[in-house]
Amino acid sequence: MSVRLSMTVNGKPVNADVEPRTLLVDFIRDTLRLTGTHIGCDTAQCGACTIHMNGKAVKCCNMLAVQAQGSTVVTIEGLAKADGTMHPMQAAFRDHHGLQCGYCTPGMVMSAIDLLKRHPHPNEQQIRAELDGNLCRCTGYHNIVRAVQAAAEA
Amino acid sequence: MHAFNYHKASSVADATAKLAASDDGRLLAGGQTLIAAMKMRLSAPSDLVDLAGIAELRGIKVDASSATVGAMTTHATVAASPEIKKAIPALALLASEIGDPMVRNIGTMGGSVANNDPAADYPAAVLGLGATVLTSKRKIPADKFFTAMYETALEPGEIITSIAFPVPKRAGYSKFKNPASRYALVGVFVADTANGIRVAVTGAGPCVFRLPELEKALGKSFSPDAVNGIKVPATNLNADIHASAEYRAHLITVMAKRAVSQILSK
Repeated sequence: MSVRLSMTVNGKPVNADVEPRTLLVDFIRDTLRLTGTHIGCDTAQCGACTIHMNGKAVKCCNMLAVQAQGSTVVTIEGLAKADGTMHPMQAAFRDHHGLQCGYCTPGMVMSAIDLLKRHPHPNEQQIRAELDGNLCRCTGYHNIVRAVQAAAEA
Repeated sequence: MHAFNYHKASSVADATAKLAASDDGRLLAGGQTLIAAMKMRLSAPSDLVDLAGIAELRGIKVDASSATVGAMTTHATVAASPEIKKAIPALALLASEIGDPMVRNIGTMGGSVANNDPAADYPAAVLGLGATVLTSKRKIPADKFFTAMYETALEPGEIITSIAFPVPKRAGYSKFKNPASRYALVGVFVADTANGIRVAVTGAGPCVFRLPELEKALGKSFSPDAVNGIKVPATNLNADIHASAEYRAHLITVMAKRAVSQILSK
């Protein structure tokens, strides 16, 4: 079976025919070649696959592409301006060394942007709780939290 | 995952018809449990009937006596709802602690309740508040709804449309989270309802259950100390690498005390 899919990804319209069992993460990575969204665990626990769908953070490894039909999707590639100016959250992660290997980072950044939308002035405890769905094996989270705090104050 | 036929339902009646026409079809709500299971091939339905397009399944209606939540309402919506926070704050609190923010943005109450995972949070609220599950066929009271591990009173093809929670005098929920999955190792929902105290426990057993002994003790004296001296038997409780049955039995009384303290602190 083939389903006609259309959505907006990083501001551009996308149309494709997909098998229903296509995961949204595979559609984004393999079909759209947007490989900034990572697959870290395949069990929907690590959050490296976090993107925004209709303005909300979701784990796209745990969704079918067809569930995003008609929606507005933003991936990590869609954050910076056309001239390369980084999103304030990306800049904060760079400035505060909120990454080492970088594998969890796209998911962390997407998640953190959603966090600040809902809690514009979070305390440290709130940041750590709201990043519950994003696992990092390198940093011990300390500089990630600092990056989010800095972005909140910016 | 295995291939399947995909259908987007336009209404509850349409979903019912599409399910009936399939070999071995299943409903897709938020998919936060189902997609993960299908990825591991633990579930392989022939057809998926997507409920996401049915607007009447979303929404929250609250009046003086009852809060009704549409089956496709997300956990994030329940957690952030000013009406729920006012009428049944413990329900909003429970929803805010399900999974993680990304799961909450797409997971639904109907999906969670129909699945009846032994460690899910909503069954504790549904049973603890004595809610009614409204389906495409009938109304099922909470005491009759949760039957066994991953099993409910729902018949094949029956679709949850909404859940009606009676507004309690006061209620609280305390959960001891599994540190990795954040599911409830033990979660206790305590409600002071029009028909007396109700205590519902999730995570500890194969299915959510009430504790009459605890309900009586709290009915006599609504304080954390009323729980002292009550020993919950460990028989038939879950035991795994995360917690023994005895530890879960102990956690039940601890979480019950915390839920009562939570209520009294407001």
